[in-house]
Amino acid sequence: MNRYPLWKYLIIVVSVLLGLLYTLPNFFGESPAVQVSPLRSAAKVDTALLQRVEDTLKKANLPASGMFLEAGSIKARFTDTDMQLKAKDALQSALGNNYVVALNLLPNSPQWLTGIGALPMYLGLDLRGGVHFMLQVDMQGALSKALDRHSADIRGSLREQKIQYAGLDKEGSQITVKFRDAESRARAETEISKAYGDLSLRQQDVSGEFHLTATLKDEAQKRIQNSAVQQNITTLRNRVNELGVAEPIIQQAGADRVVVQLPGVQDTAKAKDILGRTATLEVRMVDEERDVEAAMRGQIPFGTELHTERGGGPLLLKKQVVLTGDRINDAQAGFDSNNQPAVHINLDNNGSRIFKQLTRDNVGKRMAILLIEKNQVEVVTAPVIREEIGGGRVQISGRMTSEEARDVALLLRAGALAAPMDIIEERTVGPSLGADNISRGFNSTLYGFLAVAVFMSIYYLMFGFISVMALGVNLLLLIGLLSILQATLTLPGMAAIALTLGMAIDANVLINERIRDELRNGLSPQAAINAGYERAFGTILDSNITTLISGIALFAFGSGPVKGFAVVLCLGILTSMFSAVMVSRGIVNLMYGSRRKLEKVPIGQVWKPVSDKR
Amino acid sequence: MEFFRIKRDIPFMSWGKYTTAISLATFVLSVFFLFSKGLNLGVDFTGGTVMEVGYSQTADLGKVRSIIAKLGMTDVSVQNFGTSRDILIRLPAKPDVSSARLSETVMAALRQDDNSVEMRRVEFVGPQVGAELVENGALALLVVSFGIVAYLAMRFEWKFGVAGIIANLHDVVIILGFFAFFQWEFSLTVLAAILAILGYSVNESVVVFDRIRENFRKMRKATVAQTIDNAITRTMSRTIITHGSTQMVVVSMLLFGGEALHYFALALTIGILFGIYSSVLVASPILMLLGVSREDIVKPEKKKEETEALP
Repeated sequence: MNRYPLWKYLIIVVSVLLGLLYTLPNFFGESPAVQVSPLRSAAKVDTALLQRVEDTLKKANLPASGMFLEAGSIKARFTDTDMQLKAKDALQSALGNNYVVALNLLPNSPQWLTGIGALPMYLGLDLRGGVHFMLQVDMQGALSKALDRHSADIRGSLREQKIQYAGLDKEGSQITVKFRDAESRARAETEISKAYGDLSLRQQDVSGEFHLTATLKDEAQKRIQNSAVQQNITTLRNRVNELGVAEPIIQQAGADRVVVQLPGVQDTAKAKDILGRTATLEVRMVDEERDVEAAMRGQIPFGTELHTERGGGPLLLKKQVVLTGDRINDAQAGFDSNNQPAVHINLDNNGSRIFKQLTRDNVGKRMAILLIEKNQVEVVTAPVIREEIGGGRVQISGRMTSEEARDVALLLRAGALAAPMDIIEERTVGPSLGADNISRGFNSTLYGFLAVAVFMSIYYLMFGFISVMALGVNLLLLIGLLSILQATLTLPGMAAIALTLGMAIDANVLINERIRDELRNGLSPQAAINAGYERAFGTILDSNITTLISGIALFAFGSGPVKGFAVVLCLGILTSMFSAVMVSRGIVNLMYGSRRKLEKVPIGQVWKPVSDKR
Repeated sequence: MEFFRIKRDIPFMSWGKYTTAISLATFVLSVFFLFSKGLNLGVDFTGGTVMEVGYSQTADLGKVRSIIAKLGMTDVSVQNFGTSRDILIRLPAKPDVSSARLSETVMAALRQDDNSVEMRRVEFVGPQVGAELVENGALALLVVSFGIVAYLAMRFEWKFGVAGIIANLHDVVIILGFFAFFQWEFSLTVLAAILAILGYSVNESVVVFDRIRENFRKMRKATVAQTIDNAITRTMSRTIITHGSTQMVVVSMLLFGGEALHYFALALTIGILFGIYSSVLVASPILMLLGVSREDIVKPEKKKEETEALP
């Protein structure tokens, strides 16, 4: 009765082998590497680039211990971090701005293991170090920005159609265009409703003026908010690429939130700075007709704002935005003709046209280039327009350091955020703490396992040892499964591994106690083993399901580290059911099942109340 | 080796009065401390910033405090964390300051004073996130409780479900009571530990209930109390050994897991100890109180006869 058909043994053997195979990569460790990937789709990753990387490293006398070309990036492995850092600098300067050169860790496992998809467990940020941010997108800001864009566009179309209007204001969530007569208002209405489907228009007569108010339609609002989040994600991705992070995670979390995870980032201050910045560029005209002095006394004329030029005096700027950062194709840091740090900007077609028209119409006047960050407006420079500027090439140079020029160029290049964002959650773990956490989790598991193993073997003798073997298989399967699924392993996750081991032994204790019980009741050894396993199974199932309920609820409602805990807990319960029942039974069957005369079950002393002495 | 050599069934049920009194007393005490002292909620729930920094030598807490005070921050707590070289700095959430930058400011000031200082960890949780985590935590607790009641009701009978969940929520309240009394930090991981314990402790009740059900079928002449006493006595050995094994792992976590797992392991320890107590001495008396009877389990039309005869 204690025999398994061959297929059951095969299942056990195959699963243990698979467990071993996929656990294997975790033993090889990781070595420092440099990863080169293209920043723009124009740049290609091919063997030619591989050759360039090789040559660069050879020239710098930095031999890589391995180099691969795979899935759109080149990875070079090094023996120590010092060499890795040097290699990064060498490659970055050799390859230029079109490639991201990032630090990474590569598994040391042999190629054939990687080939079958056997990778080490994916370590969470608390184990490998890095930054986790949750950002909230300011939806009101997104709408307000969209409205800004629309006012500029309406102005343009009205001018283009030569429709006279007396004024255009944006207030709250609506745009009001004022006309002198009803006829031009009617023309404007047809024109605007034709060109801008997002707006709902309404006529209004206020004290002899003909007003046309425009608000965003509900569905347009929704769409704008959605696309704001999407655009912010794209922008964040661009910025993160510029930072050079190997395996960033940037994803939407909920309607208006974005999660950014940057594993292994050392300079968190810089990362936070670059991510959080909402820098966008605006070009506006300087109002030179009105009195700056009066404005400084508090009488700011209608339709203008008072700003201070960087390193210069106060300026009165028109509120009207002529050009925004959306029109930028590319931005590079460099130097101007006076050898001062500057940012060279390339505008797109639309932007070039607008800029050309602007400069033609305003020769001799001053325009201002503003950098806007978190509601802080700074006039970088306010040059006098000397001539018409075509071709869309603009240069900003205004008393900035080359460091600032680089940052501004990066931000402009990566694109502006469609809406401001706030960091509402941050978890940063330094690399040293990450390493500490790994060893803590590992030691907890190791010593916990050993303690249980020693106790079980003493208390239940051979059957205890078999239980320990099953527990070992459980650990193997759990780690193998985590490696296959590439589920994120966190410190609470490691605690869950230890905990599931402690809980998993419950199943074997149940079985062993049941067998003792049946022996006490006078069953023959073979029958007792059989009855023990059979009877204990229902209980094991019940008790595991209740823990599974907890695990699933934790997964559903938990966040971050708790989710990691829940995943491991749930997987651990599943593997423990298999190993505690099937694997241990398999071993028992193999050892004792074929014996005709089994005199005694090596499960330790079985005390019977009938024979009182012993 | 066998630890438990119990000759006769232990009359647990006749102790019902005392155990209920003990449970009630600890329960009331826990609730009292929960309300009078309250939980020392971690940054996960309250929002705010926690920084862990490491020095190469023993850290001078007084100096760190004065540096932070100079930055104009109030209500800051600075304390050692694990070793004398590591310190933990807690900065309360401020609605007006963009607190994501707060940690950078503090770090810059500390670095200016001593270049060897190393940033080990920063956690910043905005107030809105904190509120959500509280909400989700409560929701998880609710879902787990209902899930377990539903499962036990389906698998056994509703009385078992109710008894099981009362016994285990009693554990949860007592764990919370400990955390309130000692003012241990209650973080997200502690919450995870409590929910895991909830699921795990119910195991215990399940094992006892399983035996009770089996006994109801087998021991036809015994009274309900005798049936339950027998079930508890016969599962005692397993109960102690399993919990002992789990506790061994948890002790290992307490010893080697460092500060990060300290309160997690502590919550598990309390949960495991009270789990034993409650599943034996709380769940079953409640089951009696609810008036469980043989007819609840063994339907009158009789399923199959068990051949074995037992005392």
